[in-house]
Amino acid sequence: MRHLFLALLSGGDAHGYELKQALEGEFGTLLPSLNAGQIYTTLARLERDGLVVSRPVAGDGRGKREYQLTVEGRAALAGWIEKPVSGRRLKDEFLMKVVVVASAGLAKPKHLIDGQRREYLQSLRDLNDLLDANGKGPTAELLLEGAILHLKADLSWLDLIEQRLELVEAS
Amino acid sequence: MTPVLEARSLAKTYESRGTKVSGLRTVDLVVERGEFVAVMGPSGCGKSTLLNLLAGLDRPSAGEVWLAGQRIDTLSETALARLRRRKVGFVFQFFNLVPSLTAAENVELPLLLSGQRRRKARRSARELLGELGLADQHAAAPAHLSGGQQQRVAVARALANRPDIVLADEPTGNLDSVAARQVLGLLRRARDQGQTLLLVSHDASVAAAADRVITMRDGLIASESQLDVGRQVSGILAIDEPT
Repeated sequence: MRHLFLALLSGGDAHGYELKQALEGEFGTLLPSLNAGQIYTTLARLERDGLVVSRPVAGDGRGKREYQLTVEGRAALAGWIEKPVSGRRLKDEFLMKVVVVASAGLAKPKHLIDGQRREYLQSLRDLNDLLDANGKGPTAELLLEGAILHLKADLSWLDLIEQRLELVEAS
Repeated sequence: MTPVLEARSLAKTYESRGTKVSGLRTVDLVVERGEFVAVMGPSGCGKSTLLNLLAGLDRPSAGEVWLAGQRIDTLSETALARLRRRKVGFVFQFFNLVPSLTAAENVELPLLLSGQRRRKARRSARELLGELGLADQHAAAPAHLSGGQQQRVAVARALANRPDIVLADEPTGNLDSVAARQVLGLLRRARDQGQTLLLVSHDASVAAAADRVITMRDGLIASESQLDVGRQVSGILAIDEPT
């Protein structure tokens, strides 16, 4: 969220509520309801790190503050823009769970795999339903399509895990 | 209540260059009225074999197939054809539209075959095509329609008679994602109207449109997942916590 805020502030100074609205405009109902606390904590941390400065909005009795990007903030934003997002996906809670639970004899891998497959299929269905629903922007649509592609890969990978584990059991 | 579709210890062995290849090894499956079931799995897992046996398009090596309360693997070809015409609608990956007929005539065909009057059949075909967004294409020859349009005509034809059972083999096989979603929407609507659907696909995202997803591997059912319908989902975008 830090870098999203820096990017939004690069277009002009804004207060917290405006940033929240900008995010909601872009991501629509996909966005979890952001509470004011989250937004102001993020802004406070950015200010602590010297990436933004704030000043009170003139004539606002409720202490509303407007935030401005600093030179350091612009540099941090430029660095973020240039750096590709990590492509590594070498962390997978499910595989860890299967391996540890199976070796401790706590449950059958098949049981875990079946449960996980249902979970992925249900997610696929929910995301497809969201894709069919009206009133979402192009960003949300792309996000959903990306998540669907990842889920399909996760399901194929589940098949692979299942096959390998069976091979181990048979030998 | 008797199931609409049932496989009992169903098996199918093929002869290939003198050696026996098993396409299906002992499958038991019960599909209740009004269910939407998808069978998925990699190619060669036996899912299409299962569909063909359930449809009576192929005969099993062992086991029984029950369709609409009748055992069909022992029926004569003519009795089978009659039962299929009354009870079953098919959607295949390759649309199998009659090239010399217009879109509307293709949809009328099953209606006429089941004894409906021409004028009534014409009206229902037009209506159905209109619902599928193909009102302007009713007089077009299949060759002049896009793949997505042809498949929607094929779905309209399969649903025209409001068959009790709709069997679909890779119904979205060569469609782009928008056309595929339209076709799935139609199938789901058929389910909402009480028809029973069995769909076969290698694509998990297609299979997930069903209410129950069966995964097959090596000629056997490997797992089954019952899915929840119409779950409300929003706010699922992950936003990192402030650090």
